[in-house]
Amino acid sequence: MKTYKEIASEIIAEFELFTDWMDKYNFIIELGKSLPLIDEKYKTENYLISGCQSQVWLYADYKDGRVWFTADSDAIITKGIVNILIRALSGQTPDDIINADMDFVNKIGLREHLSPTRSNGLNSMIKQMKLYALVYKTKFESKQ
Amino acid sequence: MNHTIDLVKIRKQFPILEQQVYGKPLIYFDNAATTQKPQRVIDALTGYYTTINSNIHRGVHYLSQQATAAFEESRITVKDLINARFAHEIIFTRGATESINLVASSFSKKFLKPGDTVVISAMEHHSNIVPWQMACEEKQAGLKVIPIHEDGTLNFPELEKLLDKTCKLLAITHVSNTLGTINDIKRIIDLAHAQNIPVLIDGAQAISHINVDVQELDCDFYCFSGHKMYAPMGVGVLYGKEQMLNELPPYQGGGEMIKNVTFEKTTYNELPFKFEAGTPNVGDVIGLKEAISFIQEIGYDNIGKFEHELLIYATSQLQQIEDVRIIGTAPDKTSVISFLLGNIHPYDAGIILDKLGIAVRTGHHCTQPVIDFYKIPGTIRASFAIYNTKEEIDTMIAALKKIKMMFA
Repeated sequence: MKTYKEIASEIIAEFELFTDWMDKYNFIIELGKSLPLIDEKYKTENYLISGCQSQVWLYADYKDGRVWFTADSDAIITKGIVNILIRALSGQTPDDIINADMDFVNKIGLREHLSPTRSNGLNSMIKQMKLYALVYKTKFESKQ
Repeated sequence: MNHTIDLVKIRKQFPILEQQVYGKPLIYFDNAATTQKPQRVIDALTGYYTTINSNIHRGVHYLSQQATAAFEESRITVKDLINARFAHEIIFTRGATESINLVASSFSKKFLKPGDTVVISAMEHHSNIVPWQMACEEKQAGLKVIPIHEDGTLNFPELEKLLDKTCKLLAITHVSNTLGTINDIKRIIDLAHAQNIPVLIDGAQAISHINVDVQELDCDFYCFSGHKMYAPMGVGVLYGKEQMLNELPPYQGGGEMIKNVTFEKTTYNELPFKFEAGTPNVGDVIGLKEAISFIQEIGYDNIGKFEHELLIYATSQLQQIEDVRIIGTAPDKTSVISFLLGNIHPYDAGIILDKLGIAVRTGHHCTQPVIDFYKIPGTIRASFAIYNTKEEIDTMIAALKKIKMMFA
């Protein structure tokens, strides 16, 4: 299993190939189309992340000491970005998720999606993923 | 294109339009959110702060007299613009939102009782919904909503039904910011007045496009923002009939709005100062005067004709793209087009349009009930102003075709 740092470097390397914003967004759109979808039963108000122009549902499962995310959105670019976040964080330990610096988001030029107007969405997503990790850490790891 | 408009000359007055974004010439189609400012408005602001800045009305010194005179000249300019009877019927506020909040607060204090109703329409901006919700909640009054038809026009039979004995005020928009619908407010006001119901008009989306005559309309209140009519942000207007404004209690307390203050009792100043507590936004009010002159020199007739041509052109071009759905197809519209591009989420389209240098708005446009009515995730909204061109519309159409391919 690759670490968060290793995956983040891979993502940065992949995005470095794009010299043109159009290619980059086409890639994100493709990632959006291939996002492993959330189980329909979790596409409810409870799993909806608020604060975005598009709707994002995020679900997290805990298995073998690691947190696994699935998600969906009604907007493709949002889905593509969620896909990238999931690739970086899904399958990591709660501690690694909580401590992930998420610097790669800036490095791949998606900083604008972190600007206050748009990004309530992206910020909320990252926050929600870390929150899930914290909840699972508290729930399962404190018992040991 | 109609040649009473010298587009080159007009565009030259807007320095912001000359820039490039992401290496592409800026195309600004978000005018229903805020318009850009002509150089003369920017100069008026700079001029105020470099030559006559001072606090107004109370100062005996030279600068204060100059600033006071300029401020009050703006009031007369606004009075003339909307043909109010008196300058003191013009209250300066921070914007249309504050104007509506002022009336909602003061009117409900005096006139609203449990069991009464306030009537609004289903196409209101949140700023003409929430203040009334708050007022009605406080007074245990009901908020009633006039439904709209599929094309974005008002349902008049339902409107008439809601104007019953419980209704104490009708608050309705002149123009829908999402749909572009121009409401027949003269007819609406007449219907309400036939039942002795006063009417507040939210004119935020009308004032840069349509000549407004408050005496002819006979509306009781008319509200608008400066920043949507080429003036600075942070200044707005509440027009109210003299008698109506005199009957309302003050909104905020402070300096300027008082006649005498003791710890036992304060007597309030007369109109318009009763509603202008604290130091007003002098610089921006002076900027507003300059924006009004800009509009008047072009003339509402010319503006209306020119913008209508842009609307018709953009609508016909959009309709040639397969799967485009225009939201809001009322026969009378300002230069606002909300639309959807097939099943593409407005947010997705908005991001790519932005990358291509085209500023539109996507989302619910602060009219969530309108978006819910059409059961859509939001719209892409292009809204045109006096400086926009058919060539810019062509660029947007080409961009939309590209976007369709990207998301196919």
